[in-house]
Amino acid sequence: MELTLVDLSVARGGVPVLAGVSLSLAPGQALVLRGPNGSGKTTLLRTIAGLQPALSGQVTGAEDRIAYAGHADGLKAMLSVRENLTFWAAVFGMRDVEQAMQAFALLPLADRLAGTLSAGQKRRLGLARLLVTGRPIWVLDEPTVSLDADAVALFAGAVRAHLAAGGMALIATHIDLGLDAAVLDVTPYRVALNGVGFGSSDEAFL
Amino acid sequence: MKALLVRDLRLALRAGGGFGLGLAFFLIVVVLVPFSVGPQPELLGRIAAGVLWLAALLACLLSLDRILALDFEDGTLDVLATAPLPLEAALSVKALAHWLTTGVPLVVAAPVLAVLLNLPVAGYGGLVLSLALGTPALSVIGTFGAALTVGIKRGGLLLSLLVLPLYVPTLIFGAEAARRSAEGLDATTPMLMLAGISAGVLALMPFASAAVLRVNLR
Repeated sequence: MELTLVDLSVARGGVPVLAGVSLSLAPGQALVLRGPNGSGKTTLLRTIAGLQPALSGQVTGAEDRIAYAGHADGLKAMLSVRENLTFWAAVFGMRDVEQAMQAFALLPLADRLAGTLSAGQKRRLGLARLLVTGRPIWVLDEPTVSLDADAVALFAGAVRAHLAAGGMALIATHIDLGLDAAVLDVTPYRVALNGVGFGSSDEAFL
Repeated sequence: MKALLVRDLRLALRAGGGFGLGLAFFLIVVVLVPFSVGPQPELLGRIAAGVLWLAALLACLLSLDRILALDFEDGTLDVLATAPLPLEAALSVKALAHWLTTGVPLVVAAPVLAVLLNLPVAGYGGLVLSLALGTPALSVIGTFGAALTVGIKRGGLLLSLLVLPLYVPTLIFGAEAARRSAEGLDATTPMLMLAGISAGVLALMPFASAAVLRVNLR
């Protein structure tokens, strides 16, 4: 089933950042989001992942099918690599973590505490989490931060395998991953702050 | 759900997890009371039930901000919110893990510390039963407070201010049940009220906690 955005507008902290975004993503396709810092890529991805409501418009085909990886990896420093992955696999109703560890070359680190890993190794573990969710749509926010060239290649390989298996990927990134993917620049959808009224703010504590 | 419970318990027991912190605080407060009140066994015996309940409540309060703050910082809550497990269930499990690591040790330690306060013999059963019935409510209400303040840096003090008023009914009936049984009176009514409070917040609070957490994750 396709992921479709229809005329989606998103806001951060009550301020609209992107308006009128429409796109659709079919199984096997990937889409790379580009745009300068602060252009609303993260907000758009969080809205698609269901972490925040859209200002207007709608997202269809996303319910319970998204694996979201943001700037933080969701790792516990005092758990080993294997324990971290096993936990997330169990939460998403999956079992096999060996394959995910293999895909991101984590097997030699399996029994190390996540707190003792380097930044790049942590990121690899965070990305390996995507494989154990078994979810078809990957929504990734700057997935290659602190990865070296080899790890980026591992990651691109994992995305390709995911797409080949009928998955979808929505990736916000500044580097070229070498994927055969469409590129969407979000700049034309930016809301110019002057002239547009602020949205209603319902943040609990601003 | 089991995986989340096991993970939370494991994290609490590992270095920096804070297991035993509440228990140590409970011990220190109870030991300090005779110093401040003075060596009057008869007076201590009269206030023992109330002091133990207040100390248990404060010990519980101490560890509340650990329930969600760490998971918020490292992005775990974002992933949990997109997981198939409903947020209400996840928060109930986290409250259960908090009760197992904080509430249960307090219940077990209370009769030992009651000796230091010269609690009348008749009161031990009532004290343990009232704490066992009341501490789950403290954990569940505390989880709500933690969800409410999760995005705030160093929100521990605000959390205490928000949660303490919500603890009042539990404290009143819990301490009353323990006091009545220590004086050899019938404690059925406050005990039932306490059980009712716990059952009520167990059923309703997870929905409130999940609702405010969703707002805070935006």
